[in-house]
Amino acid sequence: MSLFRLSFTQLKRDWRAGELRLLGLALIIAVASLTSVDFFTDRVNQVTEIQATELLAADLVVSSAEPFKQEFIEHAQDLGLNTALTASFSSVVVHAGKLELAQVKAVQTGYPLRGRLQVSDELFTMEYAADAIPQQGAVWLDPRLFQLLELRVGARINLGASILNAAKVLTYEPDRGGDMFNIAPRLLMNLADLEATGLILPGSRVTYRLLLAGADETVTKFRSLVDNHPEYDVRGIRDARPELRTALDRAEQFLGLAVLVSIALAGLAVALSAQRYAVRHYDNCAIMRCFGAGPDMVVKLYLIQLFITALICSAIGCGLGYLGQTGLTVLMNDLVSRPLPAPSPAPVLSGLAAGVLTALGFAMPQILRLKNVTPLRVLRRDLTPLPLNNLGIYLAAVGCLLLLAWSQSGSGKLFVYGFCGLALTALAAFLAARLAIRCLNRLRAGVGVAGRFGLTNIVRRAGLSTAQILAISLGVMLLTLLTLLRTDLLANWRNRLPADTPNYFLINIQPDEVDAVREFIRERAGLVTRSYPLIRARLTRVNDRTVNPEDYTDERAKRFARRTFNLSTAETLQDDNRLLTGEWWKATDENLFSFEEEFADTLGISLGDRLEFKIADNKVIGAVANTRWVDWDTFNVNFFVVANPGTLDDYPTTHITSFYLPAEKKQLLTDLVKAWPSVTVFDVDAILKQVRKIMEQVALAVEFVAGFTLLAGIIVLFAALQTTHDERRHETALLMTLGAGRAQILAGLLAEFACLGLIAGVIAGLTATVAEILLAEYVFNMDVVINPWVWLITPILCTSIIVIGGLAGTYKVLSTPPVVALRQV
Amino acid sequence: MKQTSNYVIRAENLGKRVIGPAGSLTILDNINLKIKYGESLAITGVSGSGKSTLIGILAGLDLPTNGRVILDNTDLTTLDETGRAKLRNRRVGFVFQSFQLLQGLTALENVMLPLELAANSDARDLAQTQLARVGLAARTAHYPNQLSGGEQQRVAIARAFAGTPLVLFADELTGNLDQETAAQVGELLFRLNSERGTTLILVTHDVTMAGYCSRKLTLAGGRLI
Repeated sequence: MSLFRLSFTQLKRDWRAGELRLLGLALIIAVASLTSVDFFTDRVNQVTEIQATELLAADLVVSSAEPFKQEFIEHAQDLGLNTALTASFSSVVVHAGKLELAQVKAVQTGYPLRGRLQVSDELFTMEYAADAIPQQGAVWLDPRLFQLLELRVGARINLGASILNAAKVLTYEPDRGGDMFNIAPRLLMNLADLEATGLILPGSRVTYRLLLAGADETVTKFRSLVDNHPEYDVRGIRDARPELRTALDRAEQFLGLAVLVSIALAGLAVALSAQRYAVRHYDNCAIMRCFGAGPDMVVKLYLIQLFITALICSAIGCGLGYLGQTGLTVLMNDLVSRPLPAPSPAPVLSGLAAGVLTALGFAMPQILRLKNVTPLRVLRRDLTPLPLNNLGIYLAAVGCLLLLAWSQSGSGKLFVYGFCGLALTALAAFLAARLAIRCLNRLRAGVGVAGRFGLTNIVRRAGLSTAQILAISLGVMLLTLLTLLRTDLLANWRNRLPADTPNYFLINIQPDEVDAVREFIRERAGLVTRSYPLIRARLTRVNDRTVNPEDYTDERAKRFARRTFNLSTAETLQDDNRLLTGEWWKATDENLFSFEEEFADTLGISLGDRLEFKIADNKVIGAVANTRWVDWDTFNVNFFVVANPGTLDDYPTTHITSFYLPAEKKQLLTDLVKAWPSVTVFDVDAILKQVRKIMEQVALAVEFVAGFTLLAGIIVLFAALQTTHDERRHETALLMTLGAGRAQILAGLLAEFACLGLIAGVIAGLTATVAEILLAEYVFNMDVVINPWVWLITPILCTSIIVIGGLAGTYKVLSTPPVVALRQV
Repeated sequence: MKQTSNYVIRAENLGKRVIGPAGSLTILDNINLKIKYGESLAITGVSGSGKSTLIGILAGLDLPTNGRVILDNTDLTTLDETGRAKLRNRRVGFVFQSFQLLQGLTALENVMLPLELAANSDARDLAQTQLARVGLAARTAHYPNQLSGGEQQRVAIARAFAGTPLVLFADELTGNLDQETAAQVGELLFRLNSERGTTLILVTHDVTMAGYCSRKLTLAGGRLI
């Protein structure tokens, strides 16, 4: 008890004296960055976990590209299950000459079987639970659709051939969770109105869902029955989560990386502060040892202090993290489609644990040194404890980081790649810093006395100088890279495409409408368009093997194996395709297929394989004749699988076309949809804009968290300066005693900090540029971009931070009269 | 008080050698010494004669290279560091030239320190009594940097006597004080020492201070002369 009291008393005094201030600040920053992300993800997790059954709006959902047979539905009902049918597809909604793409969902009475729809009578007014679905003739729209179409509740909208009443604002639908990325806003309608719209024609791209709810054993029984139908995709509560979380998981992994860099830098600051703290407590330890405290008791005393400090600072960090998460929620508002509940206490616990772990991992090795302080030091102050084994210090720190990395989505592939990338960047920055410091050593002879004094300081404290350079350059590099990602890569991605790159796609064109639509476009816009047949099919066999999604380990392959995708036919190879293997077909009676290279690889399909596709209730069998490379960046219509003429002639077909339409000719689209209501218009620009907006939000959110990294970097700078404070004060006093003026000493410090800043800036610019080139080349498939501003901004930013921070951290050195400084030595 | 021998400290064939860059260096050579309970002993010698090393070993702060020290019938050389720390806490007090007060603690808390380390539940009351005895009842809440040199040394003396030690080691206790203050501090130390019957071992250059002691030893080149 008295040990605890003594620890607390000493802690209070140490804190007041500023001994633990930087260590505490570093912990606060580490925990704040961690918990801001944890609080945010906790709220999102609650949405996905608490409302698990609601996510499906049912206990079981069966999906199909074809309408369900009545006997299939009746069978479920006979078993005692409640059922509701839905049909989802994309279509254009028109109001007063404006048109917007919407995700239409037509639902049957009884929907949703689990959870409730939320609606409001006017935009942004009080929402309430709906006890029915839209009446016939009425639709409920997403608030975004009201805004995009400048609609008022009660207005009439055109959907295909129907005119419907926009009766309510749809604020929440339980099974919307699957669409975390809201590309198009929702339109909810009564299934009974669907046929009249004329939007569903043979070959139309529609997803039919049968929602089922009932007793567990009945659901399980029905599921085992459906599992024998490969044409159906079945989803229970257990399967709903993984896919739903994929998008947000990715964002979380990037955020986790930024958090980890903040913690690593904060850890470095903790280690530096703890080193100074330990050195300054040698005398105290010796006195306590002298008066009867054993080595273990001394260590316990300081560990209690460290533990209390870590707990208090972590609690403050949790408070700041809570504020930080509101920032993240605002920044990612488009990413999360539903209101988030209040966070649970779990992030507070993980924040406290991470804070204590960081403190112990990085500071404990220094505290353990105090165990070796000899009591004889009370008589001979020159007796200092032997330094610890460096390997032990590094292992403790790396172990602590790995543990935190594992807790931060550490198993994610993106996280592991990012972690390795960052570790390599840090290593490269470390080596570059050491090389630069070595070069400075040679420059010393050629500069004046102040410059020489500054450069000497960098060189003789090479370890600390490297830590300062590394911390600031990594923080600035991360922020620069994220800014480049938002401004250069994302903003210019679309702009770099040729001006006439298609910006509109038309789908669901019926075969008998193809010529008329083509003529309409030619006449009104002077554009010659080409349309492509589109046949919906599922791959069912490869050679003798039945295609089963579970046979694939790759998530993308599983998805391809499960879903219905589009086939087309072509007589000649498209201009933006290149033949890789096999030969392009000539006139033949044989059924042949051409596969896009990456698609074939994903599904493990090779030249000569015999494939079976299921189209409606028919089977088509043919051989793989060739593989192609496709230039997707042209935004032309392209297909993963193309068949030779004749193979798919007898099956339900719709057509697709694409073209570039200048903004001033957009009226054409409204007239086109009025003339052919079943045709769906995709505005590529609008979709890309939405995708880009979401990517920008993720980048901005990561940038927000990376702000903590820069803060942690600045704490490292101060901690390193604090470590040398006593030494600097003594040296400055000596120099002043020997006749050096304040201006000369200030010039020396300026030279030192400017040089450190310049090196950090060049390293930050270099690493950010290399990372941008790699992202442009391998992620965005763009030409290499080098932004020359980076080379100006990063050195200026780093130099400003280090010079201002450095002078602020050493002003006491200059302001202490030499006689005082010398007396205190 | 346990007392099976007349001597509170017995040093037998004490030697201390250290290995430096220039080879082996003998600091203490074959020291034999017996100090009775309640005796006051002054150890003098020039700088580097081995005085500090000797009291460090006698107080159990360090171990000899050879020989042994028996403090209150316990052989210090057979104890580990924790055992020696416990013994110091119960039997030994210290006063140093540079006061060695913990800057983070008040005068009262500094005096309480050895008592708290011994888990004494009356630490606060005892410490207050000790501070009153050295004339600092009004300065208990002051931190060391708010006290003069003489006052700091008086706090150190109060702390040394707080644990009712058998032996008090004083290392150049007046070295950092002016003549007048040094005389006052010396007078205080000897007064308390006679009141408490503590054995006093004083390392000093000050001949006046050494004159107050009942016995005087001189060290030269690591040997007693």
